[in-house]
Amino acid sequence: MRGTDVLMAGFGGQGMLLAGKLLAHAALNEGLEVSWLPSYGPEMRGGTANVIVCVSPEPIGSPLITSHRGLVVMNVPSLEKFAPRVRPGGVIVVNTSMIDRDADRDDCVVVRVDARAEAEAAGTLKAQNLVMLGAYVGASRVLPPEAVERAIAEELTGRKARFVPASLDAFRRGVAAGRAALPVGAAPSATAPSGRGER
Amino acid sequence: MSQRTAAPPAVERPRKVLMKGNEALGEAAVRAGCVHFFGYPITPQTEIPEYLVKRLPEVGGTFVQAESEVASINMVLGAAGMGIRCMTSSSSPGISLMAEGMSYIAACELPCVIINMMRAGPGLGGILPAQGDYFQATRGHGHGDYQVLVLAPSSVQEAVDLMLEAFELAERYRNPVMVCADGMIGQMMEPVEFPGEGRGPPLGATDWGLGVRRGADGTERPRRVVNSLYLSPEELHAHNLKLKAKYDDMARREPRHELYTGADADAPYDVLLVAFGTMARICKTAVDEVREAGLRAALFRPITLNPFPFEALRAAMDAIEGDGPVLDVEMSMGQMLYDVRLAALGSRRVLFHGTAGGVVPSPDEVASEIRTALGRAPR
Repeated sequence: MRGTDVLMAGFGGQGMLLAGKLLAHAALNEGLEVSWLPSYGPEMRGGTANVIVCVSPEPIGSPLITSHRGLVVMNVPSLEKFAPRVRPGGVIVVNTSMIDRDADRDDCVVVRVDARAEAEAAGTLKAQNLVMLGAYVGASRVLPPEAVERAIAEELTGRKARFVPASLDAFRRGVAAGRAALPVGAAPSATAPSGRGER
Repeated sequence: MSQRTAAPPAVERPRKVLMKGNEALGEAAVRAGCVHFFGYPITPQTEIPEYLVKRLPEVGGTFVQAESEVASINMVLGAAGMGIRCMTSSSSPGISLMAEGMSYIAACELPCVIINMMRAGPGLGGILPAQGDYFQATRGHGHGDYQVLVLAPSSVQEAVDLMLEAFELAERYRNPVMVCADGMIGQMMEPVEFPGEGRGPPLGATDWGLGVRRGADGTERPRRVVNSLYLSPEELHAHNLKLKAKYDDMARREPRHELYTGADADAPYDVLLVAFGTMARICKTAVDEVREAGLRAALFRPITLNPFPFEALRAAMDAIEGDGPVLDVEMSMGQMLYDVRLAALGSRRVLFHGTAGGVVPSPDEVASEIRTALGRAPR
Protein backbone atom coordinates (compact mmCIF):
# COMPACT_ATOMS: atom_id res chain seq x y z
CA MET A 1 0.00 0.00 0.00
CA ARG A 2 1.13 3.50 -0.76
CA GLY A 3 0.46 6.24 1.73
CA THR A 4 -2.67 8.31 1.59
CA ASP A 5 -4.21 11.27 3.36
CA VAL A 6 -7.63 12.64 4.12
CA LEU A 7 -8.93 15.98 5.30
CA MET A 8 -12.11 15.83 7.38
CA ALA A 9 -13.98 19.08 7.92
CA GLY A 10 -17.20 20.42 9.34
CA PHE A 11 -18.65 22.74 11.95
CA GLY A 12 -16.94 22.50 15.33
CA GLY A 13 -18.85 19.80 17.20
CA GLN A 14 -19.74 17.69 14.17
CA GLY A 15 -17.14 15.16 15.21
CA MET A 16 -14.66 15.35 12.38
CA LEU A 17 -11.65 15.49 14.72
CA LEU A 18 -12.89 12.39 16.51
CA ALA A 19 -13.55 10.62 13.19
CA GLY A 20 -9.96 11.40 12.22
CA LYS A 21 -8.69 10.15 15.54
CA LEU A 22 -10.53 6.84 15.07
CA LEU A 23 -8.97 6.46 11.63
CA ALA A 24 -5.51 7.26 13.06
CA HIS A 25 -6.04 4.85 15.93
CA ALA A 26 -7.09 2.08 13.52
CA ALA A 27 -4.07 2.71 11.30
CA LEU A 28 -1.79 2.50 14.33
CA ASN A 29 -3.41 -0.83 15.29
CA GLU A 30 -2.65 -2.04 11.77
CA GLY A 31 1.03 -1.25 12.30
CA LEU A 32 1.03 1.73 9.93
CA GLU A 33 2.63 5.14 10.35
CA VAL A 34 0.11 7.89 10.96
CA SER A 35 -0.22 11.58 11.75
CA TRP A 36 -3.29 13.49 12.96
CA LEU A 37 -3.03 17.24 12.51
CA PRO A 38 -5.97 19.33 13.70
CA SER A 39 -6.74 22.89 12.77
CA TYR A 40 -6.48 24.73 16.06
CA GLY A 41 -6.92 28.23 14.75
CA PRO A 42 -9.98 30.42 14.67
CA GLU A 43 -11.83 27.95 12.39
CA MET A 44 -12.56 25.89 15.51
CA ARG A 45 -15.45 28.30 15.93
CA GLY A 46 -16.27 28.52 12.24
CA GLY A 47 -17.51 26.17 9.62
CA THR A 48 -14.31 24.48 8.57
CA ALA A 49 -12.85 22.89 11.71
CA ASN A 50 -10.72 20.16 10.24
CA VAL A 51 -8.14 17.47 10.72
CA ILE A 52 -5.65 15.99 8.27
CA VAL A 53 -4.85 12.32 8.77
CA CYS A 54 -1.92 10.78 6.89
CA VAL A 55 -1.56 6.99 6.76
CA SER A 56 1.43 5.26 5.27
CA PRO A 57 3.64 2.20 5.55
CA GLU A 58 6.57 4.65 5.47
CA PRO A 59 7.35 7.37 8.04
CA ILE A 60 5.15 10.42 7.41
CA GLY A 61 7.04 13.38 5.95
CA SER A 62 4.92 16.49 5.95
CA PRO A 63 1.81 16.07 8.10
CA LEU A 64 0.48 19.18 6.38
CA ILE A 65 -1.09 18.40 3.02
CA THR A 66 -2.57 21.04 0.78
CA SER A 67 -3.70 18.86 -2.13
CA HIS A 68 -5.59 15.97 -0.64
CA ARG A 69 -6.16 12.40 -1.72
CA GLY A 70 -9.28 12.18 0.40
CA LEU A 71 -11.87 14.68 1.64
CA VAL A 72 -14.80 14.24 4.01
CA VAL A 73 -17.08 17.28 4.34
CA MET A 74 -20.00 17.78 6.66
CA ASN A 75 -21.10 21.24 5.53
CA VAL A 76 -21.13 23.71 2.64
CA PRO A 77 -18.27 25.98 3.82
CA SER A 78 -15.97 22.95 4.02
CA LEU A 79 -17.01 21.67 0.60
CA GLU A 80 -16.41 25.08 -0.98
CA LYS A 81 -13.06 25.54 0.71
CA PHE A 82 -11.55 22.11 0.24
CA ALA A 83 -13.17 20.33 -2.75
CA PRO A 84 -11.12 22.28 -5.32
CA ARG A 85 -7.92 21.12 -3.58
CA VAL A 86 -8.52 17.37 -3.93
CA ARG A 87 -6.12 15.56 -6.27
CA PRO A 88 -7.64 14.05 -9.41
CA GLY A 89 -8.71 10.49 -8.67
CA GLY A 90 -9.25 11.32 -4.99
CA VAL A 91 -12.23 10.37 -2.84
CA ILE A 92 -14.73 13.02 -1.73
CA VAL A 93 -17.42 12.15 0.80
CA VAL A 94 -20.27 14.67 0.91
CA ASN A 95 -22.89 14.87 3.65
CA THR A 96 -26.11 15.42 1.69
CA SER A 97 -28.11 16.14 4.85
CA MET A 98 -26.38 19.52 5.05
CA ILE A 99 -24.95 19.99 1.57
CA ASP A 100 -27.40 20.61 -1.24
CA ARG A 101 -24.87 21.14 -4.00
CA ASP A 102 -22.53 19.20 -6.20
CA ALA A 103 -18.84 18.65 -5.44
CA ASP A 104 -18.23 19.69 -9.06
CA ARG A 105 -15.36 17.20 -9.38
CA ASP A 106 -15.96 14.73 -12.22
CA ASP A 107 -12.35 13.58 -11.85
CA CYS A 108 -12.86 12.24 -8.31
CA VAL A 109 -14.84 9.47 -6.67
CA VAL A 110 -17.69 11.36 -5.06
CA VAL A 111 -19.70 9.59 -2.37
CA ARG A 112 -22.95 11.26 -1.44
CA VAL A 113 -24.31 10.06 1.86
CA ASP A 114 -27.13 11.33 4.07
CA ALA A 115 -25.27 11.20 7.37
CA ARG A 116 -28.25 12.36 9.38
CA ALA A 117 -30.69 9.78 8.02
CA GLU A 118 -28.18 6.93 8.34
CA ALA A 119 -27.20 7.91 11.89
CA GLU A 120 -30.84 8.19 12.85
CA ALA A 121 -31.42 4.71 11.46
CA ALA A 122 -28.49 3.47 13.52
CA GLY A 123 -30.10 4.89 16.64
CA THR A 124 -28.20 8.07 17.41
CA LEU A 125 -27.74 11.39 15.65
CA LYS A 126 -24.41 11.68 17.44
CA ALA A 127 -22.96 9.10 15.05
CA GLN A 128 -23.18 11.17 11.85
CA ASN A 129 -19.39 11.51 11.88
CA LEU A 130 -19.08 7.72 11.92
CA VAL A 131 -21.37 7.37 8.93
CA MET A 132 -19.04 9.75 7.08
CA LEU A 133 -15.92 7.94 8.29
CA GLY A 134 -17.44 4.64 7.16
CA ALA A 135 -18.23 6.03 3.72
CA TYR A 136 -14.64 7.21 3.37
CA VAL A 137 -13.20 3.87 4.50
CA GLY A 138 -15.61 2.01 2.20
CA ALA A 139 -14.77 4.08 -0.87
CA SER A 140 -11.03 4.57 -0.31
CA ARG A 141 -10.32 1.11 1.15
CA VAL A 142 -7.56 2.79 3.14
CA LEU A 143 -7.99 0.22 5.94
CA PRO A 144 -10.10 -2.86 6.53
CA PRO A 145 -13.37 -1.66 8.14
CA GLU A 146 -12.79 -4.16 10.97
CA ALA A 147 -9.68 -2.22 12.02
CA VAL A 148 -11.75 0.94 12.44
CA GLU A 149 -14.44 -1.00 14.28
CA ARG A 150 -11.82 -2.16 16.79
CA ALA A 151 -10.65 1.43 17.19
CA ILE A 152 -14.22 2.57 17.85
CA ALA A 153 -14.59 -0.03 20.59
CA GLU A 154 -11.23 0.94 22.07
CA GLU A 155 -11.84 4.70 22.01
CA LEU A 156 -15.40 4.74 23.28
CA THR A 157 -14.92 3.51 26.80
CA GLY A 158 -16.35 4.30 30.23
CA ARG A 159 -19.51 6.37 29.98
CA LYS A 160 -19.16 6.47 26.21
CA ALA A 161 -19.16 2.68 25.93
CA ARG A 162 -22.96 2.68 25.61
CA PHE A 163 -22.58 4.39 22.23
CA VAL A 164 -20.47 1.56 20.78
CA PRO A 165 -23.29 -0.56 19.26
CA ALA A 166 -24.99 2.39 17.52
CA SER A 167 -21.60 3.76 16.48
CA LEU A 168 -20.64 0.48 14.87
CA ASP A 169 -23.97 0.31 13.10
CA ALA A 170 -23.58 3.87 11.81
CA PHE A 171 -20.04 3.18 10.67
CA ARG A 172 -21.12 0.03 8.80
CA ARG A 173 -23.93 1.93 7.08
CA GLY A 174 -21.33 4.39 5.91
CA VAL A 175 -19.02 1.64 4.66
CA ALA A 176 -21.87 0.18 2.58
CA ALA A 177 -22.56 3.58 1.01
CA GLY A 178 -18.86 4.09 0.30
CA ARG A 179 -18.47 0.68 -1.32
CA ALA A 180 -21.41 1.40 -3.59
CA ALA A 181 -19.72 4.57 -4.87
CA LEU A 182 -19.25 4.76 -8.62
CA PRO A 183 -15.78 5.04 -10.10
CA VAL A 184 -14.43 8.28 -11.51
CA GLY A 185 -16.31 9.52 -14.55
CA ALA A 186 -19.53 7.60 -13.90
CA ALA A 187 -22.85 9.39 -13.71
CA PRO A 188 -23.88 11.00 -10.40
CA SER A 189 -25.25 8.45 -7.98
CA ALA A 190 -28.99 7.86 -7.78
CA THR A 191 -29.06 9.16 -4.20
CA ALA A 192 -28.26 12.66 -5.37
CA PRO A 193 -31.17 14.99 -4.67
CA SER A 194 -32.82 15.67 -8.03
CA GLY A 195 -32.76 19.13 -9.54
CA ARG A 196 -30.30 20.51 -7.02
CA GLY A 197 -26.99 19.98 -8.74
CA GLU A 198 -25.44 23.20 -9.99
CA ARG A 199 -23.74 21.67 -12.99
CA MET B 1 -26.04 -4.62 5.41
CA SER B 2 -24.56 -6.44 8.34
CA GLN B 3 -26.41 -5.79 11.57
CA ARG B 4 -23.74 -7.10 13.92
CA THR B 5 -23.65 -4.96 17.01
CA ALA B 6 -21.06 -6.67 19.19
CA ALA B 7 -17.60 -5.12 19.12
CA PRO B 8 -15.00 -7.23 17.36
CA PRO B 9 -12.51 -8.96 19.67
CA ALA B 10 -9.69 -6.76 20.91
CA VAL B 11 -6.28 -7.34 19.41
CA GLU B 12 -3.05 -7.20 21.35
CA ARG B 13 -2.28 -3.55 21.98
CA PRO B 14 0.82 -2.33 20.18
CA ARG B 15 3.53 -0.74 22.23
CA LYS B 16 3.02 2.53 20.45
CA VAL B 17 0.33 4.91 21.62
CA LEU B 18 -1.31 7.78 19.78
CA MET B 19 -0.60 11.05 21.60
CA LYS B 20 -0.59 14.76 21.02
CA GLY B 21 2.89 16.25 21.03
CA ASN B 22 2.13 18.35 24.10
CA GLU B 23 0.83 15.42 26.12
CA ALA B 24 3.69 13.20 24.99
CA LEU B 25 6.18 15.84 26.19
CA GLY B 26 4.44 15.90 29.56
CA GLU B 27 4.67 12.12 29.87
CA ALA B 28 8.31 12.16 28.75
CA ALA B 29 9.12 14.71 31.46
CA VAL B 30 7.60 12.43 34.10
CA ARG B 31 9.51 9.44 32.72
CA ALA B 32 12.69 11.52 32.88
CA GLY B 33 12.14 11.96 36.60
CA CYS B 34 10.86 15.54 36.59
CA VAL B 35 8.97 16.11 39.84
CA HIS B 36 8.00 19.77 39.76
CA PHE B 37 6.30 21.79 37.05
CA PHE B 38 5.64 25.52 37.31
CA GLY B 39 3.76 27.19 34.49
CA TYR B 40 1.09 29.46 33.17
CA PRO B 41 -1.29 28.48 30.35
CA ILE B 42 -0.89 29.75 26.81
CA THR B 43 -1.97 28.34 23.44
CA PRO B 44 -0.61 26.20 21.75
CA GLN B 45 1.10 24.44 24.66
CA THR B 46 -1.60 24.33 27.34
CA GLU B 47 -1.98 20.54 27.03
CA ILE B 48 1.45 20.21 28.68
CA PRO B 49 0.36 21.72 32.02
CA GLU B 50 -3.07 20.15 31.54
CA TYR B 51 -1.46 16.71 31.30
CA LEU B 52 0.98 17.27 34.15
CA VAL B 53 -1.61 18.59 36.59
CA LYS B 54 -3.13 15.11 36.49
CA ARG B 55 0.05 13.10 36.06
CA LEU B 56 2.59 14.63 38.46
CA PRO B 57 0.69 13.85 41.68
CA GLU B 58 0.66 10.18 40.61
CA VAL B 59 4.44 10.09 40.92
CA GLY B 60 4.64 12.19 44.07
CA GLY B 61 5.40 15.37 42.16
CA THR B 62 3.91 18.83 42.29
CA PHE B 63 2.19 20.98 39.72
CA VAL B 64 1.94 24.68 40.39
CA GLN B 65 0.04 27.08 38.20
CA ALA B 66 1.90 30.29 38.81
CA GLU B 67 0.36 33.75 38.58
CA SER B 68 2.49 34.57 35.55
CA GLU B 69 5.39 33.36 33.45
CA VAL B 70 7.69 35.63 35.47
CA ALA B 71 6.66 33.76 38.60
CA SER B 72 6.94 30.34 36.87
CA ILE B 73 10.54 30.77 35.87
CA ASN B 74 11.49 32.11 39.30
CA MET B 75 9.84 29.11 40.93
CA VAL B 76 12.00 26.98 38.63
CA LEU B 77 15.02 28.98 39.81
CA GLY B 78 14.11 28.22 43.41
CA ALA B 79 13.37 24.51 42.94
CA ALA B 80 16.42 23.95 40.71
CA GLY B 81 18.51 25.71 43.36
CA MET B 82 17.38 23.03 45.80
CA GLY B 83 18.72 20.38 43.45
CA ILE B 84 15.26 19.25 42.36
CA ARG B 85 14.51 18.15 38.79
CA CYS B 86 11.99 20.66 37.48
CA MET B 87 10.71 22.41 34.40
CA THR B 88 8.36 24.94 32.88
CA SER B 89 6.75 25.32 29.48
CA SER B 90 5.27 28.16 27.53
CA SER B 91 4.87 29.62 24.08
CA SER B 92 6.60 32.61 22.52
CA PRO B 93 5.15 35.62 24.41
CA GLY B 94 5.43 33.69 27.67
CA ILE B 95 9.05 32.79 26.98
CA SER B 96 9.82 36.48 26.57
CA LEU B 97 8.50 37.05 30.07
CA MET B 98 10.85 34.32 31.36
CA ALA B 99 13.93 35.95 29.89
CA GLU B 100 15.24 37.53 33.07
CA GLY B 101 14.77 34.35 35.10
CA MET B 102 16.58 32.29 32.50
CA SER B 103 19.58 34.58 32.71
CA TYR B 104 19.61 34.14 36.50
CA ILE B 105 19.31 30.35 36.24
CA ALA B 106 22.17 30.18 33.73
CA ALA B 107 24.26 32.52 35.90
CA CYS B 108 23.61 30.34 38.95
CA GLU B 109 24.49 27.25 36.91
CA LEU B 110 21.28 25.40 37.70
CA PRO B 111 19.77 22.62 35.58
CA CYS B 112 16.21 22.89 34.32
CA VAL B 113 14.20 22.29 31.17
CA ILE B 114 12.10 24.92 29.42
CA ILE B 115 9.75 24.03 26.56
CA ASN B 116 8.92 26.69 23.98
CA MET B 117 6.04 25.63 21.74
CA MET B 118 6.57 28.51 19.34
CA ARG B 119 3.67 30.50 17.92
CA ALA B 120 3.51 33.35 15.47
CA GLY B 121 4.74 36.76 16.56
CA PRO B 122 5.85 39.41 17.19
CA GLY B 123 3.86 40.81 20.11
CA LEU B 124 0.81 38.80 21.02
CA GLY B 125 0.95 37.59 17.42
CA GLY B 126 -1.20 34.56 16.69
CA ILE B 127 -1.60 31.02 17.96
CA LEU B 128 -0.48 29.16 14.83
CA PRO B 129 2.95 27.55 14.34
CA ALA B 130 6.03 29.65 13.58
CA GLN B 131 9.78 29.59 14.07
CA GLY B 132 10.36 33.26 14.75
CA ASP B 133 11.94 32.58 18.15
CA TYR B 134 15.15 31.17 16.68
CA PHE B 135 17.15 34.26 17.58
CA GLN B 136 15.56 34.35 21.00
CA ALA B 137 16.39 30.70 21.66
CA THR B 138 19.93 30.74 20.33
CA ARG B 139 21.10 34.28 21.00
CA GLY B 140 19.86 34.93 24.46
CA HIS B 141 16.42 35.66 25.99
CA GLY B 142 17.75 37.64 28.86
CA HIS B 143 20.80 39.76 29.46
CA GLY B 144 24.41 38.80 29.86
CA ASP B 145 26.90 36.39 28.40
CA TYR B 146 25.04 33.12 28.72
CA GLN B 147 23.68 30.39 26.49
CA VAL B 148 21.14 27.62 26.77
CA LEU B 149 21.29 24.33 24.96
CA VAL B 150 18.44 24.23 22.41
CA LEU B 151 16.89 21.01 21.06
CA ALA B 152 14.53 21.16 18.08
CA PRO B 153 12.38 18.03 17.51
CA SER B 154 10.59 17.48 14.22
CA SER B 155 8.18 14.72 15.24
CA VAL B 156 6.26 13.72 18.34
CA GLN B 157 8.56 10.73 18.85
CA GLU B 158 11.65 12.89 18.58
CA ALA B 159 10.11 15.39 21.01
CA VAL B 160 9.77 12.53 23.51
CA ASP B 161 13.31 11.26 22.92
CA LEU B 162 14.83 14.72 23.26
CA MET B 163 12.74 15.51 26.32
CA LEU B 164 14.04 12.35 28.02
CA GLU B 165 17.56 13.49 27.29
CA ALA B 166 17.03 17.17 28.08
CA PHE B 167 17.23 16.68 31.84
CA GLU B 168 20.42 14.63 31.54
CA LEU B 169 22.00 17.38 29.46
CA ALA B 170 20.77 20.07 31.84
CA GLU B 171 22.35 18.26 34.76
CA ARG B 172 25.55 17.39 32.91
CA TYR B 173 26.18 21.05 32.12
CA ARG B 174 24.23 22.51 35.05
CA ASN B 175 22.55 24.77 32.57
CA PRO B 176 19.02 25.39 31.25
CA VAL B 177 18.03 23.24 28.27
CA MET B 178 15.30 24.47 25.96
CA VAL B 179 13.13 22.15 23.89
CA CYS B 180 12.07 24.38 21.03
CA ALA B 181 9.17 23.10 18.91
CA ASP B 182 6.17 24.77 17.36
CA GLY B 183 2.40 24.64 17.64
CA MET B 184 2.15 22.00 14.94
CA ILE B 185 4.24 19.48 16.88
CA GLY B 186 2.37 20.38 20.06
CA GLN B 187 -1.08 19.88 18.56
CA MET B 188 -0.38 16.94 16.26
CA MET B 189 -1.02 13.33 17.29
CA GLU B 190 1.46 10.68 16.21
CA PRO B 191 2.29 7.21 17.47
CA VAL B 192 4.92 7.31 20.21
CA GLU B 193 6.84 4.78 22.18
CA PHE B 194 8.15 5.45 25.68
CA PRO B 195 11.01 3.53 27.20
CA GLY B 196 9.75 0.96 29.70
CA GLU B 197 11.62 2.39 32.65
CA GLY B 198 12.03 6.02 33.53
CA ARG B 199 15.60 7.07 32.93
CA GLY B 200 15.93 9.64 35.61
CA PRO B 201 16.95 8.54 39.07
CA PRO B 202 15.90 11.21 41.54
CA LEU B 203 18.42 13.99 41.41
CA GLY B 204 18.86 13.44 45.17
CA ALA B 205 22.07 14.53 46.79
CA THR B 206 24.00 17.01 44.68
CA ASP B 207 27.17 18.73 45.73
CA TRP B 208 25.64 22.12 44.93
CA GLY B 209 21.93 22.06 45.86
CA LEU B 210 20.63 24.01 48.83
CA GLY B 211 18.58 22.55 51.63
CA VAL B 212 19.04 20.97 55.03
CA ARG B 213 22.69 21.07 56.05
CA ARG B 214 22.56 18.67 58.98
CA GLY B 215 22.72 15.00 58.01
CA ALA B 216 20.87 12.20 59.84
CA ASP B 217 24.07 11.44 61.76
CA GLY B 218 24.21 14.97 63.08
CA THR B 219 27.13 16.12 60.92
CA GLU B 220 26.77 19.45 59.24
CA ARG B 221 27.99 20.14 55.73
CA PRO B 222 29.44 23.51 54.76
CA ARG B 223 27.05 26.27 53.75
CA ARG B 224 26.26 26.46 50.03
CA VAL B 225 25.37 29.57 48.10
CA VAL B 226 23.40 29.92 44.86
CA ASN B 227 24.02 33.39 43.61
CA SER B 228 24.40 35.47 40.48
CA LEU B 229 25.71 38.67 42.03
CA TYR B 230 29.45 39.25 41.76
CA LEU B 231 30.47 42.78 42.64
CA SER B 232 34.14 42.13 42.10
CA PRO B 233 34.92 42.48 38.39
CA GLU B 234 37.74 39.93 38.63
CA GLU B 235 35.47 37.36 40.22
CA LEU B 236 32.72 38.00 37.65
CA HIS B 237 35.27 37.80 34.84
CA ALA B 238 36.42 34.43 36.21
CA HIS B 239 32.77 33.31 36.43
CA ASN B 240 32.22 34.27 32.79
CA LEU B 241 35.36 32.38 31.78
CA LYS B 242 34.03 29.32 33.58
CA LEU B 243 30.69 29.61 31.79
CA LYS B 244 32.48 30.11 28.46
CA ALA B 245 34.50 26.94 29.00
CA LYS B 246 31.23 25.10 29.60
CA TYR B 247 29.64 26.46 26.41
CA ASP B 248 32.78 25.56 24.44
CA ASP B 249 32.53 22.04 25.81
CA MET B 250 28.86 21.93 24.74
CA ALA B 251 29.80 23.17 21.28
CA ARG B 252 32.35 20.35 20.93
CA ARG B 253 30.20 17.53 22.24
CA GLU B 254 26.57 18.27 21.54
CA PRO B 255 25.91 19.46 17.99
CA ARG B 256 23.45 17.10 16.30
CA HIS B 257 21.96 16.99 12.86
CA GLU B 258 20.36 14.76 10.25
CA LEU B 259 21.27 14.70 6.57
CA TYR B 260 18.50 13.42 4.30
CA THR B 261 19.24 12.60 0.69
CA GLY B 262 15.97 10.85 -0.19
CA ALA B 263 15.23 7.14 0.04
CA ASP B 264 18.79 6.42 -1.06
CA ALA B 265 21.27 7.27 1.71
CA ASP B 266 24.37 9.09 0.49
CA ALA B 267 22.76 9.97 -2.84
CA PRO B 268 24.53 12.91 -4.53
CA TYR B 269 22.79 16.30 -4.54
CA ASP B 270 22.85 19.56 -6.47
CA VAL B 271 21.01 21.67 -3.90
CA LEU B 272 21.03 21.49 -0.11
CA LEU B 273 17.99 22.56 1.89
CA VAL B 274 18.42 23.59 5.51
CA ALA B 275 15.40 23.50 7.82
CA PHE B 276 14.54 22.51 11.38
CA GLY B 277 11.52 21.22 13.30
CA THR B 278 8.18 21.12 11.49
CA MET B 279 9.67 22.92 8.49
CA ALA B 280 12.21 20.12 8.05
CA ARG B 281 9.46 17.51 7.72
CA ILE B 282 7.76 19.54 5.04
CA CYS B 283 11.11 19.93 3.27
CA LYS B 284 11.66 16.16 3.46
CA THR B 285 8.46 15.58 1.53
CA ALA B 286 9.51 18.27 -0.95
CA VAL B 287 12.89 16.54 -1.42
CA ASP B 288 11.06 13.26 -2.14
CA GLU B 289 8.74 15.05 -4.54
CA VAL B 290 11.50 16.67 -6.62
CA ARG B 291 13.66 13.54 -6.55
CA GLU B 292 10.80 11.66 -8.19
CA ALA B 293 11.04 14.26 -10.96
CA GLY B 294 14.78 13.67 -11.27
CA LEU B 295 16.01 16.73 -9.35
CA ARG B 296 18.75 15.94 -6.85
CA ALA B 297 17.97 17.72 -3.59
CA ALA B 298 19.02 16.95 -0.02
CA LEU B 299 18.03 18.29 3.40
CA PHE B 300 20.24 19.23 6.34
CA ARG B 301 18.28 19.36 9.59
CA PRO B 302 19.90 20.81 12.70
CA ILE B 303 18.59 18.95 15.77
CA THR B 304 20.51 21.18 18.18
CA LEU B 305 19.94 24.84 17.34
CA ASN B 306 22.49 25.76 19.98
CA PRO B 307 25.19 24.56 19.69
CA PHE B 308 24.56 24.84 15.96
CA PRO B 309 26.09 21.99 13.90
CA PHE B 310 28.39 24.34 11.96
CA GLU B 311 31.02 21.77 11.00
CA ALA B 312 28.55 19.15 9.81
CA LEU B 313 26.64 21.75 7.80
CA ARG B 314 29.83 23.03 6.20
CA ALA B 315 30.76 19.44 5.26
CA ALA B 316 27.28 18.91 3.78
CA MET B 317 27.65 22.16 1.82
CA ASP B 318 31.06 21.08 0.54
CA ALA B 319 29.43 17.89 -0.74
CA ILE B 320 26.99 19.75 -3.01
CA GLU B 321 27.85 18.89 -6.62
CA GLY B 322 29.34 21.71 -8.65
CA ASP B 323 28.43 25.21 -7.51
CA GLY B 324 24.91 24.22 -6.42
CA PRO B 325 23.15 26.49 -3.93
CA VAL B 326 21.94 26.19 -0.35
CA LEU B 327 18.24 26.86 0.26
CA ASP B 328 17.34 27.80 3.83
CA VAL B 329 13.61 27.37 4.58
CA GLU B 330 12.03 28.68 7.77
CA MET B 331 8.70 29.67 9.21
CA SER B 332 10.20 33.09 9.90
CA MET B 333 11.56 35.98 7.92
CA GLY B 334 15.08 34.50 8.03
CA GLN B 335 16.77 33.86 11.37
CA MET B 336 18.63 30.53 11.19
CA LEU B 337 19.68 31.96 7.84
CA TYR B 338 22.42 33.89 9.69
CA ASP B 339 23.93 30.65 11.02
CA VAL B 340 23.61 29.01 7.61
CA ARG B 341 25.52 31.94 6.10
CA LEU B 342 28.12 31.65 8.84
CA ALA B 343 28.58 27.98 7.98
CA ALA B 344 28.92 28.84 4.29
CA LEU B 345 31.33 31.75 4.89
CA GLY B 346 30.77 32.90 1.35
CA SER B 347 31.57 29.51 -0.17
CA ARG B 348 28.03 28.94 -1.48
CA ARG B 349 25.07 30.88 -2.71
CA VAL B 350 22.59 30.87 0.19
CA LEU B 351 18.95 31.32 -0.87
CA PHE B 352 16.04 31.79 1.48
CA HIS B 353 12.34 31.01 1.56
CA GLY B 354 10.24 31.85 4.58
CA THR B 355 6.72 32.50 5.77
CA ALA B 356 5.43 33.94 9.01
CA GLY B 357 2.26 34.65 10.91
CA GLY B 358 1.24 30.99 11.14
CA VAL B 359 1.35 30.44 7.39
CA VAL B 360 3.10 27.11 6.90
CA PRO B 361 4.74 26.50 3.51
CA SER B 362 3.39 23.41 1.76
CA PRO B 363 5.65 20.70 0.29
CA ASP B 364 4.59 21.85 -3.22
CA GLU B 365 5.62 25.41 -2.42
CA VAL B 366 9.04 24.24 -1.20
CA ALA B 367 9.40 21.97 -4.26
CA SER B 368 8.75 24.97 -6.45
CA GLU B 369 11.48 26.91 -4.60
CA ILE B 370 13.87 24.00 -5.18
CA ARG B 371 13.13 24.08 -8.91
CA THR B 372 13.79 27.81 -8.99
CA ALA B 373 17.03 27.36 -7.00
CA LEU B 374 18.18 24.84 -9.60
CA GLY B 375 17.36 27.22 -12.42
CA ARG B 376 14.28 25.28 -13.51
CA ALA B 377 10.97 26.88 -14.20
CA PRO B 378 8.77 26.68 -11.11
CA ARG B 379 5.82 24.40 -11.69
